[in-house]
Amino acid sequence: MILVFAEATSGHFKKAAFEAVTYGIQTANLLGSQCVALTLGKVENAGQLGVYGASKVYNVANEHLANFDSQVYAAVIAQAAEKLGATVVVLSHTSTGKSLLGRLAARLKAGSVAGVKSLPDVSGGGFKVNKGVYSGKAIATYEISSPIKLVSLAGNEIPLQSTGNEVAVESLDVTAPSSRVKVLDVKREEGIVPLPEAVTVVSAGRGMKGPENWGIVEDLAKALGATTACSRPVADADWRPHHEHVGQTGVAIRPNLYIAIGISGAIQHLAGVNQSKVIVVINKDPEAPFFKAADYGVVGDLFEVVPKLTEAVKKFKAS
Amino acid sequence: MKILVCISKTPDTTSKISFTADGAKFNDAGISFIMNPYDEWYALVRACELVEKNGGTVTLINVGGADNDQTIRKGLAIGATDAVRIDAEPKSALFIAKQIAEYAKSQNYDIVFCGKESIDYNGSEVGAMVAEYLDQPFVSYASKLDINGNTATLERDIEGGVEILEVQTPFVVSAAKGMAEQRIPNMMGIMKAKSKPFQVVAPVEFPDLAVPVKFTLPKEKTGVKLVSPDDMDELVRLLHEEAKVI
Repeated sequence: MILVFAEATSGHFKKAAFEAVTYGIQTANLLGSQCVALTLGKVENAGQLGVYGASKVYNVANEHLANFDSQVYAAVIAQAAEKLGATVVVLSHTSTGKSLLGRLAARLKAGSVAGVKSLPDVSGGGFKVNKGVYSGKAIATYEISSPIKLVSLAGNEIPLQSTGNEVAVESLDVTAPSSRVKVLDVKREEGIVPLPEAVTVVSAGRGMKGPENWGIVEDLAKALGATTACSRPVADADWRPHHEHVGQTGVAIRPNLYIAIGISGAIQHLAGVNQSKVIVVINKDPEAPFFKAADYGVVGDLFEVVPKLTEAVKKFKAS
Repeated sequence: MKILVCISKTPDTTSKISFTADGAKFNDAGISFIMNPYDEWYALVRACELVEKNGGTVTLINVGGADNDQTIRKGLAIGATDAVRIDAEPKSALFIAKQIAEYAKSQNYDIVFCGKESIDYNGSEVGAMVAEYLDQPFVSYASKLDINGNTATLERDIEGGVEILEVQTPFVVSAAKGMAEQRIPNMMGIMKAKSKPFQVVAPVEFPDLAVPVKFTLPKEKTGVKLVSPDDMDELVRLLHEEAKVI
């Protein structure tokens, strides 16, 4: 049986949870098994996971699950996996899933692969999955040999598939230890799609010459419904907030479309964005290394090109 | 205050990555190795700062062969008190975590630090595994850590924001950008590092349950398609009709 932990933020699912369930049912089909989903704490409309293929949805309601603590959540998920006889446990490769995966591996003495980007190859009774390594510069095929297999699914890799109908939610009786981590506050930027989840990202670098010029970047992002990002020198100079920094030491992203404006494309920057599906580079220097990693390029003055692109996008969206 | 910092050795961030012809192993010819930046710049430096302020020791731990000694010595030069190397080939995350936890469990560390992930395998798993083996709380992706007595206040990076958390020692933390600033070891640090205690310990038996069996390079981009800066309608058309991303 495939057990998917469908994570919720403030009681609501994000796309990552539906992707994990889609991955779970597709894995179940390969193994001739079934896929059930687990939700923890108070979750709105948990039955909708059935739409993506979960044949059952379990919920554990317990006051100790109100805030995320990897120790408490891992204890509950491990008990559920054992109780339900799971042979594969699927998590999302998010800040939550990443904190849980290692704990579950230690608890269940199970082989784990973080950030998988393919369905398992189960030929010959094996279990092999691919994941990005060397900061996206290569792909590794991992073989898991333990009876229970653990994976966390990278975002934006598996197209969502609605295959079923809403299902009833059953409560599962497992115990939850009390948390030793106290959440004092949560600060979230409201109204924007966080970079790790963004499907379209507009990013700019030193070519912008100064923070006062960012209006044209924001206009383009707005026209595309994109999230804004920046290169490291820009964040280090405090032109833009640090959480916008994408690259080796910043946020690693994997959107469908990444537009890089006035960014030369240092190898450390590429390490954070090279898993983008399509890359557009706008730079006045035709020798900028980023063009080698790009799908589409525009050699020109960004102060002229970007507003023109924004107008073209608006015209397209209006048509 | 007793701190343990888990460090690993990785290829330099600017390395061009390649593999043996059969794709079974990383090709290390011409590669220069460094301490994993998250372990060094953020975890180790913050650990040193805490001990400089509050007193105590910073112990480095690494799982690997003698070829890692140079990287470990650099950590001593940056400011760690002593070092332990578990003499084993680090093939899987759970194996590595088991070795670290076995060593740490009798040592009563107040904090175990690691980097948020290594830049080679990008697994982000070892910290959580060590925490589970030690039955301690784990705070991942911490970009800030202050401590007052036994109480630590941390900021943890989450999607689109930060969580502010409080936890009592002992605990395990993984460090992200913001935790500290990179430190370049000075000559005195490098000299002192040579005489600091450095233990080599035999590993405990443990299986490798998930290992990479094959490496491949991603498909090379077929070449950039240049669009005239005067024709942004054409770029939008390509993104819509050809790339299908808008």
